[in-house]
Amino acid sequence: MTVTLARRRRALSDYQVKMLFLMPTLLLLVGMNVFPLIWSLHLSFHDYAADMPGRPPRAVGVANYTALLHDPNLWRNFQVTAEFVVLAVAAQFLIGFGVALLLNREFKGKGLITTLILLPMMLSPAVVGLFWKLILDPNWGLLDFLIRPVTHASVPWLTNDRTALPALVMIDTWMWSPFMMLISLAGLNAVPRHLYEAAEVDRASGWFKFRHITLPLIAPLLLLALIFRTMDAFKLFDMVWVATEGGPGDVTKTVSVGLYVQAFREWRTGEACALAYVLLVVIIALSSLYIRWLSRIRGEA
Amino acid sequence: MNGRLKRTLALTAVGVVLVIYLLPIYWIVATSFKEYGDILARPPRFLFVPTLRNYAALFLLPGQGLQATPFAARLLNSVIIASFSTVLAIALGTMTAYAFSRFRTRGQSDWLFFILSTRMLPPVVVVIPVFLMYRALGLFDTHVGLIMLYTAFNVSFAVWLLKGFMDEIPKEYEEAALVDGYSRLQAFVRVVLPQAVAGIAATSVFCLISAWNEFAFALVLTQRTAQTAPPYIPSVVGSGATEWGRIAAGTVAFLLPVAIFTFIMRKHLLRGATFGALKR
Repeated sequence: MTVTLARRRRALSDYQVKMLFLMPTLLLLVGMNVFPLIWSLHLSFHDYAADMPGRPPRAVGVANYTALLHDPNLWRNFQVTAEFVVLAVAAQFLIGFGVALLLNREFKGKGLITTLILLPMMLSPAVVGLFWKLILDPNWGLLDFLIRPVTHASVPWLTNDRTALPALVMIDTWMWSPFMMLISLAGLNAVPRHLYEAAEVDRASGWFKFRHITLPLIAPLLLLALIFRTMDAFKLFDMVWVATEGGPGDVTKTVSVGLYVQAFREWRTGEACALAYVLLVVIIALSSLYIRWLSRIRGEA
Repeated sequence: MNGRLKRTLALTAVGVVLVIYLLPIYWIVATSFKEYGDILARPPRFLFVPTLRNYAALFLLPGQGLQATPFAARLLNSVIIASFSTVLAIALGTMTAYAFSRFRTRGQSDWLFFILSTRMLPPVVVVIPVFLMYRALGLFDTHVGLIMLYTAFNVSFAVWLLKGFMDEIPKEYEEAALVDGYSRLQAFVRVVLPQAVAGIAATSVFCLISAWNEFAFALVLTQRTAQTAPPYIPSVVGSGATEWGRIAAGTVAFLLPVAIFTFIMRKHLLRGATFGALKR
């Protein structure tokens, strides 16, 4: 007994353990996220070009921010992003949910087939963008061959003003509709069987059951998936950069691509920091929505 | 429409859907085994004589046999950076998740919100100041630099996922251990960790995959020495359309580990994709 007590006394208290366990993570996040972001907030009020380290930042007040407001290219990038987000998320939602409805039955090999369909969303977006370039190539691409009977002419998907953005939407949908499918399937699985059985006793139609039992029960999950995909699509960079670099012209220049070009091609570091801050506010607003919803679902589960 | 017909139609549709999702992947795999002529053939060739030439070109230097080619070096960097950052993120994440799961902390939900929000930031936004910081600290184009960043990026995800797993371990086990004279740390190591192994393994694989796939940070923060595969593979395209066979081979070599992991992790995909909110 005395041995135990002695050991207890030497051992760390719960409070000490808690601090020991929390501090390293919090310090790392402060060092790698908070501190750099404070630095870039500071730089956003300066005229600074990172490719000329010899020239110190020059304070310009809010000039970078006012310049942003009057930059037509920026508005154009936001417009492209919004178009992309709406089209891609809607397509992913409809297709993912549709596939989930198809898969929501018992059949042989269901697990394997579901896993195979989920594969695209696990792959590196940059590499996905790359191999779709091969598939979409107007000269020897696979897609061109497959739809030639319909189009009668080769379509330069990624280099044509009208088709470049829809092509990116298609790639993103191929990649992320499985995510919607995964979440929808989980929701469909969680609907208690007895509700359907009760409805069948009342001879309810399939549509009635879907509209009044399935949909209300899985709506919170679908909303979670929608917020998440919206947020992710909004900040999309890698796939677009590899597939089109924002081109042709700027028809696929999303805000993230525009920011990258401004920061690391044109080296307008100060202005880029200001734009980064605008984006930061948008993303934090979106993600607080997401996290709140996430915690709610988590609490209920 | 009777039930059987409906079922047959639905299963046929499942088959079609499966083909659509897998066709692009099949195509890149097929391309990686094609000769130059077969790649550019019109109409595209589904049947061809497979060759390993593309893979050989990727991993062997002509006339010098087995040697570190630029691609092999990038792949090795990817392995090093993804594994080290995963180990670190998991170590930190496990401790933090345990602390949040077992101890009361003032403003706990705010802290959790802060931790997850760091993961939600667009990489392009974060990378600008990190680039400046790394240049000042001499961490640009170093393995350590990328490992630190990926650790920070993954730790938030790990905390959320692991907290869910920790919450599922009954408190009674450790309480019994504490009564038996274990210290808190001993109870954590000998009682909680063994129970959390499955959750830790699943979380590790997700961290590994996201570090392996990451592109934007690697594109900006590395150049040669520490460059990983994702920014390297597309950069080969610039040297002409003739490179497609090699690019396809590189892509397949790069994607294969993720495909295998996806298959192993199939039961946990839902949990990983929703930060632990949904369990199967």
